[in-house]
Amino acid sequence: MNIILYIIRKEFKQIFRNKGMLPIIFILPVLQLVILSNAATYEIKNIQFGYVDTDNSSISRGLIEQFEASTYFNVSERFSSEKEASQAMQEGTIDAYLNIPVHFERDLQKDKTNAIGVFIDAIDGSAAGVINVYITQIIQGYNNNIAMDLIQISDTVQQPNSIDSIPLFWYNQTLNYKTFMVPGILVLLVTMITLFLSGMNIVREKEIGTLEQINVTPIKKHHFIIGKLFPFWMLGMGLLTIGLILAKVIFNTPMLGNLGLLYVYTSVYILVILGMGLFISNFTDTQQQAMFIAWFFIVIFILMSGLFTPIESMPKWAQILTEFNPIKYFVEIIRMVMLKGSGFTDIFPLAIKTLAYAILMNGLAVWSYKKTT
Amino acid sequence: MKRFVGFVRKEFYHIFRDKRSLFILFGMPIAQILLFGFAITNEINNVDIAILDQSNDVTSKEIINKIAASKHFSIVDIIQKESSIESIFKKGKVKAVLQFENNFGNNLIKEKQANVQVLTDATDPNMANTISNYISSILKKYQQELNKNINIDYQIIPQSRMIYNAELKSVYMFVPGVMTVILMLVSAMMTSISITREKEQGTMEILLVSPLKPFQVIIGKVFPYIFLSVINAVVIVLLSIFVFNVPVNGSLFLLGIESVLFIITSLALGILISTLSATQQTAMMISLMGLMLPTILLSGFIFPISSMPLPLQVISNIIPAKWFIIIVKGIMLKGIGIGYIFKETAILVLMTLLFIGISVKKYKIRLE
Repeated sequence: MNIILYIIRKEFKQIFRNKGMLPIIFILPVLQLVILSNAATYEIKNIQFGYVDTDNSSISRGLIEQFEASTYFNVSERFSSEKEASQAMQEGTIDAYLNIPVHFERDLQKDKTNAIGVFIDAIDGSAAGVINVYITQIIQGYNNNIAMDLIQISDTVQQPNSIDSIPLFWYNQTLNYKTFMVPGILVLLVTMITLFLSGMNIVREKEIGTLEQINVTPIKKHHFIIGKLFPFWMLGMGLLTIGLILAKVIFNTPMLGNLGLLYVYTSVYILVILGMGLFISNFTDTQQQAMFIAWFFIVIFILMSGLFTPIESMPKWAQILTEFNPIKYFVEIIRMVMLKGSGFTDIFPLAIKTLAYAILMNGLAVWSYKKTT
Repeated sequence: MKRFVGFVRKEFYHIFRDKRSLFILFGMPIAQILLFGFAITNEINNVDIAILDQSNDVTSKEIINKIAASKHFSIVDIIQKESSIESIFKKGKVKAVLQFENNFGNNLIKEKQANVQVLTDATDPNMANTISNYISSILKKYQQELNKNINIDYQIIPQSRMIYNAELKSVYMFVPGVMTVILMLVSAMMTSISITREKEQGTMEILLVSPLKPFQVIIGKVFPYIFLSVINAVVIVLLSIFVFNVPVNGSLFLLGIESVLFIITSLALGILISTLSATQQTAMMISLMGLMLPTILLSGFIFPISSMPLPLQVISNIIPAKWFIIIVKGIMLKGIGIGYIFKETAILVLMTLLFIGISVKKYKIRLE
């Protein structure tokens, strides 16, 4: 036991002695949590919108006014020809434009129906879909207006059927993205710091040659591993605490569930990551290799965690792959506990997988760690 | 010159000798682009939903069938009472519950008006919003079918055309982004590590006392990585063309030049990081912790920059990846020439010069 304490003390000294690293470990994650949580939003607003109005009638002007009144659109410019508008789209100055043809009003009154061209920059397909919905909604709303203006309502018109959908947004009525992103980004930061530091740590001793010195001492394998990993476990838990405080103070993120539960889960989760870091460092000779491998997995874990893009939309094989992604479990659980107030029985199926993962990963890591070279 | 060539050759030997790193260097970008190209999408499909049908009549059944037929939803649960909504949300089993009011069908016949409540788990606001939009448009369509025979006057019908990406494939959005992130991180990480490594092992001193000029040492260290990164870029572009069918509407030559420029920018950033850090560990943590999330989040790779709060839009300007993503999308998808992306190119050139300038200033040729 004493031996472990000495190793832990040595590790802590090494961490706190390295003045260049301290800001990276403590300040960088905090800054990123505070700044980047604001960046992650799918909300579409400030749509740069232009139009070509060759008709210039009261109906076409009325339609443009609807767009001007909408908070989603910035109506920037009236183009004199479609060519100009399409050029502006190529330059990237507008996201969408409307093309109102000549005699638009006349034809509408004659035929009672008329088409209007809507052009949307669709490189970001999902944003384009949303923009299309907004535009369609505005035009449909306007249809009802002109119907009121232009026809005398006759009693013979049959009343149409209407089915209304009433949306109710649970747990997040205002659709605030930050509530959604802050816990997720916190998970990423905790994971990245603990994985990178633990992955590099033992390789570093290998590279410098000090690992051999430790190997010839009577320190036992498990002493060494526990002593090495415990400081990083502490770091991870500390980072989680700082992050939760910031989430409460700066973002006012709801914390409906039991935070104790979250801590218990996190303490198991970090073991998965540390086991992974140790495993990587056992199979590499240089810090460079270790970091490349850690980087490879972290990028995959981040992008396939369901944090930024939904897992449900991935193809089946990719969904199966995400089962091996520890970040996915943590992201899901931290959101469930904090935002929905889920309890132990709710998170049990996910937590048990994490526990199994932790045992497997650490088992592999300890097994592959050899004291002799 | 001959000395310099010799030095570059030595660097190549270093790289090619480390088979494992080399394998990682080339294998990873390929694995990642394949994985992400196929798997990542911000479309919303196959969302698990539950139905609470308190009316249980012909109309509600018809609507449920319409929803079940949609590719966006799969109905995984039929619940009987309102109180079970909370528990299935808490378990995270479904993202939305569709609740038909009592006498739904009768209301529609008698009062011509009926309500469906769409309860969504809005912990993911984007998902919740999209789900309720999809459901409301399914209902609108059904409503139109019901009203087929009723004449509604004056309709302006929007005819939408999706420019540059008619099928709304998200791969068009993500392939340029993934390419940028990979090139950026790999290049910056490799150079920063290889220079600090010489420092840490003490071999940098040997290089400094050699007749090579300091800038020759740096150029010599970076040169092999330009070569390797260009190969990576070529492989990624080939994959995106032939595997993901992303078109290159613009000039392939221009795309090549711009990619080399971006690689040099990233390498210059790597050099800058290496002059700022004493150990490999610091260099790696800066290039991994410092670059990864900002590059993913602030570059417009996943989240649209125009929707961010103004201060972040300003900050995003210092992320080199943002400009390269604009350039790549412009050339590949919009097919535009240098005239349209002159500003972006100039910014990347300026950033490169700035990074190199600071590095030269900070570069110490003496021992401490």
